[in-house]
Amino acid sequence: MYEGVVQDLIDELGRLPGVGPKSAQRIAFHLLAADPVDVRRLVHVLTEVKDKVRFCKTCGNVAEQEECRICRDPRRDRSVICVVEESKDVVAIEKTREFRGRYHVLGGAISPIEGIGPDDLRVRELMTRLADDEVTELILATDPNLEGEATATYLARLVKPMGLRVTRLASGLPVGGDLEYADEVTLGRAFEGRRLIDV
Amino acid sequence: MSLYRDEGVVLRTQKLGEADRIITLLTRSHGRVRAVGKGVRRTRSKFGARLEPFTHVDLQIYEGRSLDVVQQAETLASYGDRIADDYGRYTSGTVMLETAERLTAEEREPATQQFLLLVGGLRTLAEAAHAPGLVLDAFLLRSLAVAGYAASFDDCAVCARPGPHPFFNVPAGGAVCGTCRPSGSVSPARSTLDLLAALLTGDWVVADASDPRTRREGNGLVAAYLQWHLERGLRSLPMVERT
Repeated sequence: MYEGVVQDLIDELGRLPGVGPKSAQRIAFHLLAADPVDVRRLVHVLTEVKDKVRFCKTCGNVAEQEECRICRDPRRDRSVICVVEESKDVVAIEKTREFRGRYHVLGGAISPIEGIGPDDLRVRELMTRLADDEVTELILATDPNLEGEATATYLARLVKPMGLRVTRLASGLPVGGDLEYADEVTLGRAFEGRRLIDV
Repeated sequence: MSLYRDEGVVLRTQKLGEADRIITLLTRSHGRVRAVGKGVRRTRSKFGARLEPFTHVDLQIYEGRSLDVVQQAETLASYGDRIADDYGRYTSGTVMLETAERLTAEEREPATQQFLLLVGGLRTLAEAAHAPGLVLDAFLLRSLAVAGYAASFDDCAVCARPGPHPFFNVPAGGAVCGTCRPSGSVSPARSTLDLLAALLTGDWVVADASDPRTRREGNGLVAAYLQWHLERGLRSLPMVERT
């Protein structure tokens, strides 16, 4: 146990995800030894992020204005919406530079065992967006795990009567890996989703 | 270094740190076990897909001080895809997993009967031969019976007088006769008690032939019975989609 404010700092850092008591202590002493200018900059960014950042009123992504950068961009294809679980997934897809449509962030996946049902996610907001005639395709890009698959199944069934084209991201082998190390579930999915080579 | 090998069903996963998960399993010989799956959230993980809920796996586990660590996992049967394909099956299956977890209160206390029942229940659910709600209710009644809370649907649960009896009382343990009937007893339709008896014994001909009204009343009684014995309600039960 340290005195007063040092212990408070360690306790606060220890509440962060993935930071245990030892790591909290290490970060705290790093901050104590750091240049005051650097620490002030960190404090400023932390305050600013809480003051400025909010969730986009359209897609639920993190934004600094009412709408996020992607929803405001007139060059984005308004006929396609890609549904993801978290804002982190938007960044991952944006890095591919393959997708030019817009997003919808659900805020998680359906997980009854954790008490998370469709009403706890931004499903109603998605349905409101889809009612807009502009949208013709919905891409379900929830995580390729059980909760993600179940969420995609639920959304596909909900959207079906609207007559939209509903697609799911392909699952399969990671690029650069060896086939022999693939697990049977992934390899099975890769076979299911095999595509025709057009030469 | 202490290693052990067992087969188990993945009940639940929780994120841990950057790319790990805590996997809760119901194993054949070691009962309920919590073990860390290292790096399983990475897309390149060798066994991430094998440690998803509803998967029946053969495992090699390293016994740790607080949490064990999964060293190897091979799929014996993967029910997840078939179950997640249908929202009704998914919500019913989740209740089965949560019930199995709750009815095995102590970690590492062997619960082979519960394990076998869960594997059978998930297989039946994935085969989609019966309505998911019926498979769920059959599993719940049998799972409670294995845990020592078998309900009686024919003889009186209090005085054992041969039935059928018109009343049902959850705290008393099932059907009760007119003489023993405690206050708060309900009087369900005879067909409902017949359905529940069929689900408990595995008479699927009777169960499949039941009408929606009987099923609705039946699952209400099963839910009340389960709630009474588990004391704390299941999170997943209110989300079950019944058709």
